[in-house]
Amino acid sequence: MSDLTITVPRPPLPGFTLPLTAVLGAIFGFVAGNVYGQPWIGALGGAAVGVVIAYLAHAMSHKRTATRWGIIAVLALAGLLAGGLGAALSGVIIGAVMSWFAYWLDSGDYRKNVPIYYSAGQTLWYNSFLFICGLVFFFLIAPLLPVMWLSFNAEDFFTFTPEMLNFQAEGYSLKHYRNFLGTEEWMTPLKNSLIIAPFATFISVSLGTLAAIGLSQSHVPGRQAIMAVLISPMIVPLIISATGMFFFYAPLGNWLEANLGLSQNFVGYVKVILAHAALGVPFVIITVTATLVGFDRSLTRAAANMGADPITTFFRVQMPLILPGVISGGLFAFITSFDEVVVVLFVGSAQQQTLPWQMFTGLREQISPTILAAATILVTVSILLLATVELLRRRSERLRGLSPG
Amino acid sequence: MSDATQTGPVLAADGSPLKRSLARTLRRQKLRALLLISPLLVFVLVTFIVPIVSMLFRSVENQIVAHTLPQTVEALQDWNPDAGEPPSEAVFEALYFDMFKAAEAKRHTQVGNRLNYEQPGLSSMFRGTGRDLDDIGEEFEDVFVGIDPAFKTSEFWFELLSGEGGESFLDDRRALYAAMLGESMRGDVGFLPSAEMVSLLPATSAAYTDFAIWTAIEKEDVVAEERPWEAVYAGLGVDLRSPEVVAEIGSYSGPGADILKAAVASRDQLPQASFQEMFAESDEDWLDVEGWRTMSLYSPDYTTGYFLNSVDLQKTIDGVEARPETQQIYIKLFIRTLYMSLIITGACILLGYPVAWILANLPLRTANVLMILVLLPFWTSLLVRTSAWKVLLQQQGVINEILVWLGFVADDGRLVLMNNATGTIIAMTHILLPFMILPLYSVMKTIPPSYLRAAKSLGATNWTAFWRVYFPQSVPGIGAGSILVFILAIGYYITPEIVGGTDGVFISNRIAYHISSSLNWGLAAALGTILLLVVLALYWLYDQIVGIDNVKLGG
Amino acid sequence: MKLTTTLMASTALVVAAGSAFADGHAKMADSMTVVSWGGAYQKSQQNAYTIPYKEMHDGLEVVWDESSAEAVAKLRAMDEAGSVTWDVVDVVAADALRLCDEGLAIEIDPEKDLAAAPDGTSAEEDFGELLVGDCFIPQIVYSTTFGYRTDMVAEGVDPPSQICDVFDLEKYPGKRSLEKRPINNVEWALLCDGVAKEDVYDVLATEEGQQQALDKLATIKDDVIWWSAGADTPQLLADGEVFMGSTYNGRLFAAIEEQKQPIGMMWDAQVFDLDGWIIPANLPEDRLHRAMDFVKFATDTQRLADQAKYISYGPARASSAPLVGQHAELGIDMAPHMPTDPNNAANTFLYNYEFWADYRDDIDAKFQAWLAQ
Repeated sequence: MSDLTITVPRPPLPGFTLPLTAVLGAIFGFVAGNVYGQPWIGALGGAAVGVVIAYLAHAMSHKRTATRWGIIAVLALAGLLAGGLGAALSGVIIGAVMSWFAYWLDSGDYRKNVPIYYSAGQTLWYNSFLFICGLVFFFLIAPLLPVMWLSFNAEDFFTFTPEMLNFQAEGYSLKHYRNFLGTEEWMTPLKNSLIIAPFATFISVSLGTLAAIGLSQSHVPGRQAIMAVLISPMIVPLIISATGMFFFYAPLGNWLEANLGLSQNFVGYVKVILAHAALGVPFVIITVTATLVGFDRSLTRAAANMGADPITTFFRVQMPLILPGVISGGLFAFITSFDEVVVVLFVGSAQQQTLPWQMFTGLREQISPTILAAATILVTVSILLLATVELLRRRSERLRGLSPG
Repeated sequence: MSDATQTGPVLAADGSPLKRSLARTLRRQKLRALLLISPLLVFVLVTFIVPIVSMLFRSVENQIVAHTLPQTVEALQDWNPDAGEPPSEAVFEALYFDMFKAAEAKRHTQVGNRLNYEQPGLSSMFRGTGRDLDDIGEEFEDVFVGIDPAFKTSEFWFELLSGEGGESFLDDRRALYAAMLGESMRGDVGFLPSAEMVSLLPATSAAYTDFAIWTAIEKEDVVAEERPWEAVYAGLGVDLRSPEVVAEIGSYSGPGADILKAAVASRDQLPQASFQEMFAESDEDWLDVEGWRTMSLYSPDYTTGYFLNSVDLQKTIDGVEARPETQQIYIKLFIRTLYMSLIITGACILLGYPVAWILANLPLRTANVLMILVLLPFWTSLLVRTSAWKVLLQQQGVINEILVWLGFVADDGRLVLMNNATGTIIAMTHILLPFMILPLYSVMKTIPPSYLRAAKSLGATNWTAFWRVYFPQSVPGIGAGSILVFILAIGYYITPEIVGGTDGVFISNRIAYHISSSLNWGLAAALGTILLLVVLALYWLYDQIVGIDNVKLGG
Repeated sequence: MKLTTTLMASTALVVAAGSAFADGHAKMADSMTVVSWGGAYQKSQQNAYTIPYKEMHDGLEVVWDESSAEAVAKLRAMDEAGSVTWDVVDVVAADALRLCDEGLAIEIDPEKDLAAAPDGTSAEEDFGELLVGDCFIPQIVYSTTFGYRTDMVAEGVDPPSQICDVFDLEKYPGKRSLEKRPINNVEWALLCDGVAKEDVYDVLATEEGQQQALDKLATIKDDVIWWSAGADTPQLLADGEVFMGSTYNGRLFAAIEEQKQPIGMMWDAQVFDLDGWIIPANLPEDRLHRAMDFVKFATDTQRLADQAKYISYGPARASSAPLVGQHAELGIDMAPHMPTDPNNAANTFLYNYEFWADYRDDIDAKFQAWLAQ
């Protein structure tokens, strides 16, 4: 079947691309016209623009990039003349979306990802489904955009000033970044969070994985009850956990200080780390037991047969296979500690102030976009981390000669 | 050997019967499983379960009243709350000495605070009267000192009241202290009550013994060198009011007998007012029957009061009643918490399902990039995301500004998107969505796409293929995601506090208020226990329907 | 106001907590944990109190804990657990009263434990009736009052100047922000419902009075955004989200003078409240000595006046008032921005601690139920 290629016929202009692009244009036109109180006139105009764009896309199908830039430029200019900078920006967006839409329809790309036997209705459903998913992704990401934008605010409020909206330089400032990176007030909590979260994660992951392996054996007496106990830190409302745990950790701390001669500061970290480890346990248990449900037990038996001792079996056979579950459990545990404010507020003392704690007092006492700068930096770092991990994964795939999945 | 195996039980390789060998293996397996589980189990039990259970136990504890005012509570047993009369003089007398002792240890205000949760006004009644207790005693003291200056000296009192045979009396008083303070109060008091005086001057001996224990153990002073409390003078005043005591003093001949007799002779000069009158003079609300009813209702060591309060009921002298409508709030909050958590869970399923599907079905390359979009909000602090929603949702916020600019919403008709339930639902759906997507994704990843194709090639429509083939296999993912989202939602309080306004707050907000502001930890614990029981019931239900093993979180 | 009677009674009862080390040679701990609120307020305390104090005491380490908002709960938990890690705690007077009632703070003898004014006036006289409760060492007078958006007042209408303008939706349409608790709000409501100032707490002590206050609040309930953190109202005003809102006067000062927001102050019926120090009960000897020594220093006349350079809260000592100078950075005179300035204090309202200690839980329950309706 190597030579069999199926070419999707190019859809007809008047019966398909033209009306659909016109409808999209009408929607945009309706919205734009509404700004001036004339939605229907706008819709009409928009439809006309849509017709023109559809025609252009059809006629200039081989000069896609150039035509699209042309359309964007024209609409941006029209916007600039009609309503200034904001409207010009809208023009750019509308031009980009509509020209992409027209070409997408005209070139038949809209069927690229669906099986050839799909009917028109199924194709429509598939593409609408993608659109809906796109909206959900937008919902997930959208709140982060104002956070990043406002972190450059020249004022000390979470407010878009007129200067910011008009893109004037005096509305922007890096002072919140300077404040975050340059003061003890923020760097110490960051340092504390970076000390506490990994240790807490380590404890919950190591103990949690062992326990999950134990739980996955076939004959465990009182399995349900044990499971309920181990999952309980997730269930109890945090404020109750916080006060309850305080009563355990305070005497424990006293004991450690008095009997082992440890410094108060060190003991403080131990207390918060243990408390956060307890909170992270359920996530590890849930993920790792779930991975172990699908684990093929004959593999460990095979390993044992071939003379591996239990420890070797665990690290060489079992561990690599359940690693994804362990990692995602660890991720949840890490986030739990890194983002936890209620328990640390009670169990911790001033020397263990974590980043969320500092943010919490910041929000309560003196609203300052510094917390937005902190968030922006964290988001950027995590994007870089996640992207690096993904790139490394692809590289190792390439090296192992696997086709990119 | 071969013959034996033919007829006897099946043997394992080591020669023991197979049945036993298998049982041993099973036992060893169980043991190994428990060994693996035990470190974590012990860790969670000790660092979490024990502290939480003891915290929740506060929801029934109520020893403070009986421990701080033991004699009053005992005397109050005889009082008839329905009669509409304040209690007898005996109760007020007991209250005076109980309270004096408690005031020295600064405990009387704690009782006041405890009772104030049930009836406003009692807190300042206890605090205010606590300041007048010395004055009441001083009235007696002045008269006694006027009769004989020896009453002023510490030696006189010590000699008068110390003696032999009072060990058990001392231990009883010590036990009362230990109960009130929660400390052992062990140690040498340097004073032993005389058994004779204990029976002759019971109130005086009791007050002086209390004074002695407090002085020696807590203040670490020498009893014989310290001036006694004003309550000791009041004690003697009380004792001298009894005709029997007066009669017996006539035949008394021990130390200080002359001075005592002089005091008896001039006892007309002593204040004649009853303790009831003296308390009423300090605060007339002591005569209020309602306050006493509250005290008698909350005098037992354990109470159902907190639990009743947390379901909008209250204890009254006639049994359990509904609270006045203006104070009913908790049932409403519980229902709202459950209802809104359900809506949030539903919204997360609706939004999360398509996204998880697309992540599971796209090529790994694209899916991983999109996965970053799901994880990003996760990496952003909850506080920041909540503040971001504030910026977006408020009336002068981004969404309203855009809608106004586009002309869809009039400037004076901006949408109210936050400080109400809508705000809480939107923000919490966003915050909890990754907890739905990740488990759904990991389950969907395991469903082979060929099943759907097979269904379709067998003639199923798209819908049938999805609904009858794909969806049932994804149910464990929905279950896992739902239980996670629901449980997390039900206990949230920071987000509702910030964006919830008045009708978007949860029961956890009230729990937090009672923990950190009103200090009504008993009520907070009762509310928390109820919430926990609801969650556990749901968890059990979930385990019955889906099975907790099927919960998957990413991976 | 029962302040004076409280004062008299409290001094009669005072326990000489400081007398044990009146000789001044006692050993003092070389590290001290000070608990405060964070933000600009804590900075003003650092500048005025701890920086000069550390200069006087070489090798002293001061740790700041921003936990004042949870102070009552945390101190109680610490006390039960038997390890109090705080040495000096900044709390509002109502919390101090509660801590004192719970036996979690030590009682103070102003004569012995606090410094006299430079002219020899005793501390007791200098603080006057601000010494509420037996454990509380006043530091500042702050007030809860209203700010409004100057640019949102309609043409031809005078800016709001009376407390009852808050309840006048016709003249001053727009949202208001009020604190999500009954305290202050119910007093204002009664004042604007025809109750005389001196009767407010008597009326509030009755069921009908409480209902009357809630009914009055109900007239604006739809237009109220309820705040719970001190930073909320300035943010809401800056956003134009509300027309007017109650908050602490220092927050409004910062928004107006430091951030140059178009906000005006309305001082009418401002409710005076106090913030100050308490020293936790059951401290070890050396830490107690350190805490007492610090508090004596930090509440002397000059130190209290110095704090006003950084934040617009009034010093709690009468003798500090003439020493209040200019803002450390802005260089403007601070006196006119103090809640205690005669121009601002023409009509003030005094918070009744005793009343709220009794009725807080009860009225709060009703208030929350009312909010949820």
